[in-house]
Amino acid sequence: MGLLDISNVTKSYGAVEVLHSVDISVDEGEFLVLVGPSGCGKSTLLSMIAGLEGITSGEISIKGRTMNGVHPSKRNIAMVFQSYALYPNMTVGQNITFGLEMHGTPKPEREDAMNRVAEMLQIDNLLSRKPGQLSGGQRQRVAMGRALVRDPDVFLFDEPLSNLDAKLRVDMRTEIKKLHQSLGTTIVYVTHDQIEAMTLSTRIAVMNKGYVQQLGTPKEIYDTPSNVFVATFMGSPAMNVFPSRIVVKDGAPHAAVTGHDGVEQLLRFPQANLAAWDGREILLGIRPETITDPEGADRNAAHIASLRNHIGVTEPAGSDTFVTMTLGGRDAIARMRADVTVRAGEIFDFAVNMDKAVAFDPKTEERIQP
Amino acid sequence: MSGAVDTGVAIRTNRVTRTFIYLFLLLFALFYLLPLAVMLINSVKPLSEITGGNMMALPNVWTFEPWREAWSSAQIGVQPTGLRPYFINSILIVVPAVAISTIMGALNGYVLTKWRFRGDTILFGMLLFSCFIPFQIVLIPMARVLGMIGLAGSVPGLILVHVVYGLGFTTLYFRNYYSAFPTELVRAAQIDGAGFFRIFYRILLPLSGPIIVVTIIWQFTNIWNDFLFGSSFAGQASQPMTVALNNLVQSSTGVKAYNVHFAGAILAALPTLIVYIVSGRFFVRGLMAGSVKG
Ligand SMILES: Nc1ncnc2c1ncn2[C@@H]1O[C@H](COP(=O)(O)OP(=O)(O)OP(=O)(O)O)[C@@H](O)[C@H]1O
Ligand SMILES: [Mg+2]
Repeated sequence: MGLLDISNVTKSYGAVEVLHSVDISVDEGEFLVLVGPSGCGKSTLLSMIAGLEGITSGEISIKGRTMNGVHPSKRNIAMVFQSYALYPNMTVGQNITFGLEMHGTPKPEREDAMNRVAEMLQIDNLLSRKPGQLSGGQRQRVAMGRALVRDPDVFLFDEPLSNLDAKLRVDMRTEIKKLHQSLGTTIVYVTHDQIEAMTLSTRIAVMNKGYVQQLGTPKEIYDTPSNVFVATFMGSPAMNVFPSRIVVKDGAPHAAVTGHDGVEQLLRFPQANLAAWDGREILLGIRPETITDPEGADRNAAHIASLRNHIGVTEPAGSDTFVTMTLGGRDAIARMRADVTVRAGEIFDFAVNMDKAVAFDPKTEERIQP
Repeated sequence: MSGAVDTGVAIRTNRVTRTFIYLFLLLFALFYLLPLAVMLINSVKPLSEITGGNMMALPNVWTFEPWREAWSSAQIGVQPTGLRPYFINSILIVVPAVAISTIMGALNGYVLTKWRFRGDTILFGMLLFSCFIPFQIVLIPMARVLGMIGLAGSVPGLILVHVVYGLGFTTLYFRNYYSAFPTELVRAAQIDGAGFFRIFYRILLPLSGPIIVVTIIWQFTNIWNDFLFGSSFAGQASQPMTVALNNLVQSSTGVKAYNVHFAGAILAALPTLIVYIVSGRFFVRGLMAGSVKG
């Protein structure tokens, strides 16, 4: 049992079920990120933890105490909203201490808490300003200050960085991570940005259409996605997923891949149980960074397969060069070193790290477990 | 350069249209100000100058006697009290009625937008419907109700009537204003531990300035200018200014004291005039804010 337990929770609006039996347990000090495309139910789940939305069935408990029917202010949680929701009629200082005031904290203590938080977030020079007189980043800090000052059991963040420009977003991301590391607080964080999810979290719940698709550490999610949705949602550029066929040769399973010319090439699969799929169709998932030039291949990889293919388009992106090609009839992307010399249209021998390749059942789109 | 010629033409046509616009505006302003000017001029003339001369001419003898008479000694109905007691009645009716209907409208708007419940749109629809009921229809039922609850012919009775029939409008104003008000603020306040009323007066009310001004002006002018309810439901001692003005004009025996009537009419219009002048700016601003956001 964790600090925050979500067990078998569903949510319906009228006859429409928007969350289907969600089970997540969050331990103390964890940074859980809920990630998924728009409309998948992330905000709804967060609002249910906060108590702003009712729970249709199931149970949410914090520190072993059931929260069903408990008022938001009695849950000892704090929330940072996407729009920040700062009270426009109050100064920054009043915004930060409003919650303490409502909970009957005496004035001197409120001031102490406010000063502590303001110093930590470097907003002590803004305390007497109104939210309308702040920049986006400053508002974001104030919103965090309002959450931090309460010293809650769980912090809830609903896309707190989505209103900031790209640079500020990266800065604030680092700052939130630092804050989490120094305070050791428990955080549930909603985003639809998979990079934010990967960089911030200790664990990720990938959601789609009201289902939790996979719950795991960033590495688990990235390396062993449980289905095609997770595989393609997490990672940028997305994982290449294309039709292939298992062929057993020399007693080992190989993935038969057709390149641009329609000729099948066999890539040896390390996953021995795939031999049972001999002759059957699969969906093969290969991350762009595992398709490289032979010199750039991972030296620690046990199974490097060679793949001869036409180079479609090359896109130098500074740190890397992206190369598109056709695999299994679909577009695929390879992520090569920046200084690799490849030209559009030429035939090239790629190295594919098959240690990192994943196979999916084409019917269920679930990963074929090793 | 052709550019220079073009701008020259632009400026010239601009000037011509401008002249027309100002002429037009001036004409309209005159049109609206003329009656007021006539009233003002004739309210400071002795009666003989009005009956024997030109309504438009400035007075030969300036006198404030008609104002004094209208205020404190003119014959209203049977009593020579002037308009003063009725002016006070109007104040006693208007101030509480405006205050109560505004506060209740704000609360209604708050509940209808931020504490939604099953059937809230139907309820709002019904409240809105009250804005479209012709008041003549409700006179007799209302009189019955006032009689039953023992408020017939009294100031509190009139306050009740005005509150009931103002509520549709005040609710409409506040509902539209608050529907554009970010719900996340209310949620944040809930998490912060503020209750229903605290959220209302610590967060919503301080941000409701423009719509409060609009509602107050609307309610004030409507209730102050009301004649139908005043003449239907008021008793001898609770008649508002409008009814008294009517009695003043109707009941004078013998010669009509036009100068006193003019002074009385201006006295009756003065409070709404002041409210407009003082807060007209906010009125326009508030209406715009409401319409753009709502
Ligand atoms: N009050 C409501 N009534 C009916 N359906 C609702 C209501 N609120 C949300 N939904 C539905 O629930 C689903 C989940 O909504 P939610 O706001 O949780 O999405 P989200 O994952 O936060 O998306 P986004 O990334 O766009 O914020 C959506 O399909 C939405 O249409
Ligand atoms: Mg959302």
